[in-house]
Amino acid sequence: MSLTGRVHKFGSDVDTDAIIPARYLNTSDPAELAKHCMEDADPSFPSRVKQGDIIVADKNFGCGSSREHAPIAIKAAGVSCVIARSFARIFYRNAINIGLPILECPRCVDEVQEGDTLEVDLRQGEIRNLSRGKTYLAEPFPAFMQEIIDKGGLINYVKEKVK
Amino acid sequence: MGMTITEKILAKHAGKEEVHPGELLNCRVDVVLGNDVTTPVAIDEFEKLGVDRVFDPNRIVLVPDHFTPNKDIKSAEQAKRMRDFAQKYGIVNYFEIGRMGIEHCLLPQEGLVLPGELIIGADSHTCTYGALGAFSTGVGSTDMAAAMATGEAWFRVPETIKFVFYGELPPYVSGKDLILRVIGDIGVDGARYMAMEFAGPVIDSLSMDNRFTMANMAIEAGGKNGIIAPDEITLNYVRSRNKREYTLYYSDPDARYAEIREYDVTGMEPLVALPHLPENTKNVSEVAGITIDQVVIGSCTNGRMEDLEIAAEILRGKKVHPETRLIIFPGTQEIYLEALRKGLIEIFIEAGAAVSTPTCGPCLGGHMGILARGERALATTNRNFVGRMGDPGSEVYLSSPAVAAASAIKGAITPPWEVK
Repeated sequence: MSLTGRVHKFGSDVDTDAIIPARYLNTSDPAELAKHCMEDADPSFPSRVKQGDIIVADKNFGCGSSREHAPIAIKAAGVSCVIARSFARIFYRNAINIGLPILECPRCVDEVQEGDTLEVDLRQGEIRNLSRGKTYLAEPFPAFMQEIIDKGGLINYVKEKVK
Repeated sequence: MGMTITEKILAKHAGKEEVHPGELLNCRVDVVLGNDVTTPVAIDEFEKLGVDRVFDPNRIVLVPDHFTPNKDIKSAEQAKRMRDFAQKYGIVNYFEIGRMGIEHCLLPQEGLVLPGELIIGADSHTCTYGALGAFSTGVGSTDMAAAMATGEAWFRVPETIKFVFYGELPPYVSGKDLILRVIGDIGVDGARYMAMEFAGPVIDSLSMDNRFTMANMAIEAGGKNGIIAPDEITLNYVRSRNKREYTLYYSDPDARYAEIREYDVTGMEPLVALPHLPENTKNVSEVAGITIDQVVIGSCTNGRMEDLEIAAEILRGKKVHPETRLIIFPGTQEIYLEALRKGLIEIFIEAGAAVSTPTCGPCLGGHMGILARGERALATTNRNFVGRMGDPGSEVYLSSPAVAAASAIKGAITPPWEVK
């Protein structure tokens, strides 16, 4: 599965309060959450983000609260993929569980610039920077996690077990 | 090869003799927790599974504590959704307003989480229960949903960092200061994906309330879990509360650690974490004098009896600074009642503090103490991210209850020993 999108770059330790502030957590409606996605990290993000865009962030993306509203908001805002130097543990889990594609790739984070266009092959973990003609390989997922990803998230995976 | 306490608990719950860091396990969970913000999302996911019952109605705990007492109509609908779910599936441990507490103060108090157990909660501070010698960690709503249906969850066995504390703990230096010191030292991702084991003579003599505070903030260093080996102090706490049997686990002397870090606490000062990350720690005397608009004492980090006692000791006979607001949140109804009976609430109200029913409200900028643009709070809570307690242009400083109480009196960050 291949995605193409324009890059929005963020720094280190983007926390889930910045991704979706608690003042909007009185709903879990993805469309409502999307309107405020990344608002406290970049107030202009919700109005600038386009379908298919890619977030590229530095270390420890998604730290803090366990709110699944964070990956839900990112996904509902149209972001096709998040690439980071590293992810905070609960965000990492949540993203896999809800089927938001994420990739860890430090070199890509070092070299990609705001506004670059990336083509991402999720199956191969290959990231091509179409703006700069460079190619990176992301860390592969363990087989078990890849299975959850392939099924589109944890609920589909568990559904087969509880049948 | 020996195993750590974390590895032993995970192995037991995966039905294995031995596990190693990096291994992926499917584990049986003892308790699944959710609150009024995370449970509605979990209910959506649970309903997609098409099952007609939960794995065990005795082992799911639902606590309305984030936006409750309901702050607005949407929050009321979320709380109702959880309440209706609890009724429909016969959830035994649903705690209604007036009979509840902030989840991580409440569950240990009610004996619902015990040493040696494996607990997951759709709240990042679920790591608090590691103070009892349990493996306890925060997850998202989908994990909660899957576990409510199956009684299981997957885990990667974490590497463990051991933090050893020795020396003499100075007056006014608490568990909060010890964990802030660790976070200041290793950073907000210093223990990412890892188990944080707290040990050493200082921990051995630390009260349960202080241990809960330490384990609570393991997530603030990126930790998967914080854990303290059970001892006589743990057992004294658990014995009067447990409703089922439990098992004590200890790290083997030859257990393998990714790292061992040692801290001499002798001569330590209380610490304050500056905006906008918990790792930005300074000695209280280095930041003394910074004016404060609002002081918050409470939360799952510091809303327990000892926290209120030290605050009351400092506030007794004193007044909150005219330009500062002090809001105090006891962690549970039981703590609130005990504080009332001991005269603590009277001390707080006479000092000019607002005392609230238990809620997470102000800590996450939900309600009951939101900050305006440009306002500065000193809070005994756990996070000082941008906008955490209100407007993105407000600031949060983190400290112990002793520093918070002293600062409320002076209207500025103040070392506790300066208020006599």
